[in-house]
Amino acid sequence: MNSSYETMMARRSEIMKKSVGIDYSIFEYGKISFDYEKMMKETGYTLEEMQDIQGETGVGNTPLLELRNLTKLARKLAAKGKGARIFIKDEASNPSGSFKARRAANAVYHAKKLGYKGVIAATSGNYGAAVASQAAMLGLKCIIVQECYDSKGKGQPEIIEKARKCEAYGAEVLQLTVGPELFYIFLKLLDETGYFNASLYTPFGIAGVETLGYELAMQFREKEGRDPDVVVCTNAGGGNLTGTARGLIKANATKTEIVGASVNLKGLHMASDTDFNKKSFTTGHTGFGIPFATWPDRSDVPRSAARPLRYIDRYVLVNQGEVFYMTEALAQIEGLERGPAGNTSLAAAFSLAQEMDEDETIVVQETEYTGAGKHIGAQLSFAIKNGCEVFIGDPKDEVAGKNIILPSHPSLIKARDIDIDKLRKSYIKNCIEMNNISEITKEDISFIMDDCRVSEENLLDILKELKIKII
Amino acid sequence: MTIKKGSWVRVHDVILTAKERTSNLPEDTKKVPLEMWTKGVLQDDAKLGDRVKIKTITGREIEAELIEVDPYYDHDYGKYVPQLLDIGVQLRNLLAGGAVDEL
Repeated sequence: MNSSYETMMARRSEIMKKSVGIDYSIFEYGKISFDYEKMMKETGYTLEEMQDIQGETGVGNTPLLELRNLTKLARKLAAKGKGARIFIKDEASNPSGSFKARRAANAVYHAKKLGYKGVIAATSGNYGAAVASQAAMLGLKCIIVQECYDSKGKGQPEIIEKARKCEAYGAEVLQLTVGPELFYIFLKLLDETGYFNASLYTPFGIAGVETLGYELAMQFREKEGRDPDVVVCTNAGGGNLTGTARGLIKANATKTEIVGASVNLKGLHMASDTDFNKKSFTTGHTGFGIPFATWPDRSDVPRSAARPLRYIDRYVLVNQGEVFYMTEALAQIEGLERGPAGNTSLAAAFSLAQEMDEDETIVVQETEYTGAGKHIGAQLSFAIKNGCEVFIGDPKDEVAGKNIILPSHPSLIKARDIDIDKLRKSYIKNCIEMNNISEITKEDISFIMDDCRVSEENLLDILKELKIKII
Repeated sequence: MTIKKGSWVRVHDVILTAKERTSNLPEDTKKVPLEMWTKGVLQDDAKLGDRVKIKTITGREIEAELIEVDPYYDHDYGKYVPQLLDIGVQLRNLLAGGAVDEL
């Protein structure tokens, strides 16, 4: 059978439909729109069902811890009366060591329910380990496809560690060099095996994270008798933020501000062979965060259930050196050795807490396990080996890929805001360009307004600028 | 050296040559092939560098170049990074009441 690149890509939607079990076209309408809530309702699970599914495999109910020493430190650095209390949800306590277990639990459960013999996921991150762990528990076969090496065969140590963990759970791991054709291999494997596509971006995957937001709200109320003022989510593909925000809304914690945080990797191209090993973060960074926020449907399913612009109130960036510093701080003064990538939101929260009043609260909604390859020591050593300079200084001068600047003082850690209106505009442009259209319907207008929370006035201005006719 | 049938091995293959790759790539990536590595059980006696058949842990049979026998992981915690040592010391001093401007 012909499995050339062109043939497989041409069969993309047929393979996707078979491997995910969802006909996305039934939710679509207008020129660009689809019914997001209907898709989530009809293809996902209710919150109670998800809690049961996750509970069966020991996922969830992770501790919510108060970071008293980091709060004390933030207050020393902040203006008088400032310095919110910082909390962290220790998601590293999940079976596979990260919140991704929540996403995987639902996806693998669903695969088993539908009678698939195995699951496949394209991921270089914690999600692979999560799918492999769940597949082990439910007795399904598992294949993980990773982008791991550059053309010299040099592997990112964090991704190598992920491969080890996947194999530890009995999965087959396929490792590739850099490039978007990973998707071709992925399609070929789905076609060859008939396994389920345990995509990160299906409604079940995203709904799986809703339990995190819900649980967080319930635990916080039990501890403090109120809702947190701010929840910070590390943002890459958008699923963590989307699911958490949806869970908070389901818990009726509607006043809590949702902040996304990513590591700033400006200037490094995600599909570049030479840039690949200049990144000291393999996730939680702008290389995923911005493209996925401004065009969620670039993912491996036709309609991504991760749509961060629907929920994000504020989006901040931190630099690699700042996250490494906070990772060390978390170990040294809070006794929790975690991350580093999952500590992106912690670095942001430490800075944001200093803007907030002492009687306010801020929650970092995840941690992840650490280990050989992942650890800051491994990542910094790898960066040095790849010609990246590591020194102590002011992190604001950091240039991703050239240097990593560990702050000379914690007061130099700053969450820097991104203009969300610019992201919204870019999303709207993508809606037009990716669908290659010159006119849209009134229904599409309401869809875009919901999908990126743009005001009607701004949207109409942008459409005018793009010379798009409304029919 | 002959590697016995039934050994656990690692194989390598070129999936797409530089010419076969998609056009939508940065210049540096365009120049290199898309390569793949995986592991499995060797199906016939062979030598390193041979094109061999393996059966992966999920039972797939694939053909690729034999590159390693008894593969293992040696990723680690990295070398000593002196800059890291200062962070804990600094934070403990700050928390113990050291004035912010002392550091």
